[in-house]
Amino acid sequence: MMSKGEIVLGCLAPHPPHLVYADNPPQNEAYSEGGWETLRWGYARLARKLKNIDYDAIVIFTPHWQTYIGTHFLGLPEFKSKSVDPIFPNLFRFNYDLKVDVDLAEKMREAADEAGIITKMMTNPDFRVDYGTITSCHLLNPDWDKPIVTISSNRNTHYYSPEVMIEQAGALGRACAKAIEESGKRVVLVSSHSLSHRHFVTEAPLPEDMSLEHIYNHSQYVWDMKIIDLMRQGKSREVIDIMPEFTEQTIAETEGGGLIWMMAAMGHPDYSAEIYGYQSVIGTGNLIASWDPNDETREYVL
Amino acid sequence: MAEEMNEPEILFGIYCPPHPHPLLCPEANEGYGKLRSAYDACRKRIEESEADLILIYSTTWPSIVGHQIQALENPVWTHVDDDFHYLGGMPYDFKIDVDFANGYASAAEKRGLHSRTVAYEGFPIDTGSVVALQLLNPDNRIPACIVSSNMYANRAETIVLGKAARDVLAEQGKKAIVVVVASLSNRMFTEHIDEVDDRIHSQKDDDWNRKILEFFAAGRLEDLSQLSRDIHGQIRVSKVVAYKPAWWMAATMGQHNNYAGEVLAYEALHGSGGAVITLTPTDGSFGDKEFDEDDVEFYHGDRDVLDKGML
Repeated sequence: MMSKGEIVLGCLAPHPPHLVYADNPPQNEAYSEGGWETLRWGYARLARKLKNIDYDAIVIFTPHWQTYIGTHFLGLPEFKSKSVDPIFPNLFRFNYDLKVDVDLAEKMREAADEAGIITKMMTNPDFRVDYGTITSCHLLNPDWDKPIVTISSNRNTHYYSPEVMIEQAGALGRACAKAIEESGKRVVLVSSHSLSHRHFVTEAPLPEDMSLEHIYNHSQYVWDMKIIDLMRQGKSREVIDIMPEFTEQTIAETEGGGLIWMMAAMGHPDYSAEIYGYQSVIGTGNLIASWDPNDETREYVL
Repeated sequence: MAEEMNEPEILFGIYCPPHPHPLLCPEANEGYGKLRSAYDACRKRIEESEADLILIYSTTWPSIVGHQIQALENPVWTHVDDDFHYLGGMPYDFKIDVDFANGYASAAEKRGLHSRTVAYEGFPIDTGSVVALQLLNPDNRIPACIVSSNMYANRAETIVLGKAARDVLAEQGKKAIVVVVASLSNRMFTEHIDEVDDRIHSQKDDDWNRKILEFFAAGRLEDLSQLSRDIHGQIRVSKVVAYKPAWWMAATMGQHNNYAGEVLAYEALHGSGGAVITLTPTDGSFGDKEFDEDDVEFYHGDRDVLDKGML
């Protein structure tokens, strides 16, 4: 009999393309002098932890595949193309070649469908994978040696309200957890987004000039710290409870539903999040964190 | 005459929807077919015109860092829509007017805006621009320019962006066709539908759309510009801060109501309101409104209201 699948780690993994740009991987065409080390070193630390975890696939929820008609899943075994960031094409032109766990994607889509969620498999071979998926996955797993599943962000916050988003993303998370359990696979969940998300609308001549990098305003910083403090205390339900106000006050990227989805899938952890780093990128607040359900491997990182 | 007054020569304007259905599946619904026919009629008028440039403002190209302008001379790719990927890919091979793009970015900067060109192989040209250019200018007979819609921009910034387009059109002496790619009501059905059953999402959306079409048909572009905030509140899903297409279109074509308007088609596109409309400058005038919002010429940026509130 097949053993039960499980979620072995959940990661909050922001996707400013600046971080890939700053790392200068060979896949990216742009060249930088560095920058945003607090986040990049935090990512490197989390990537090392992942190397020591036995898992089969990464399932990532991205706000940069925005769908208005339900939730969509990548549904072909491989995608190879170039991702050019529409906002920062000067920083991110990344040649990707990735594998998809289509079997797991289909199981999650079926479970979501059974839960009453509108769904669609994406099977167009010319589809371009979004830069959120690529940035978060590259920084967590630069070797790209694990298959992924990308889940789109159904824009319920825009169409209805943050409260509706919480309901639907939560239901999606529970459905995905059920599918993972039935799949017998060991899965890493990734919620790809920043916290506060008001951007600067101009860019420094040298984007990686760290003398010019700071949070957009103090209100965003205070809100981000409130969220991080609750995560440290293991109060994930409280994080979700205040999310509508947090999202509204800080124009947070949580509006996409990723963290809600992941927390629901993980049963709203009551243990501390591992904190790997917090830093602003072009004014937005970015936190790298993970939730390790294994008491023996869970760490106090920062 | 236009050159003597250093005014840009704008032959006509087109307002058209961004959804891919008229391009990819016009046969799936009678309404999609009518929209396609309307696009075809516009294409023919463009072919018969003496235009030097097709200037596109697309609401499905959001920007954040200022106003982005496509400046790659020959962008080639196959675009796939995030929602409607199952309808197929959209291969494109466009011809961009690089001189105009560079001039537009400079003109915008001169008026206080942050603007930059983008010229990168593989840059993701948005669904609305691809649909419009493929249907309106399939043979690349006329070079194009595409400008983004900044997410945070509001009225002043958008109007100044339109005026910057006029500046460079006049400076380069190019005869232009101005294209705005935008829905009317933009609420789509949130479930998949059989295309034959498509309809406008609600009676309210339909009522407002038809009122907007009355204004367009009467050539009342500046009146529509002034009604933009009402339109946004009534029939636009709040994905961005405001309904901006009429602001930009009026500021670019001329802020008045002296147009001959023609609504070539109005149909549902997965619940949203899609219309193909032309506006041609005329001598006549129509309208019964006067306005009290500033006609801004230069963008001064944020007013730092938040900082001033700290006591």
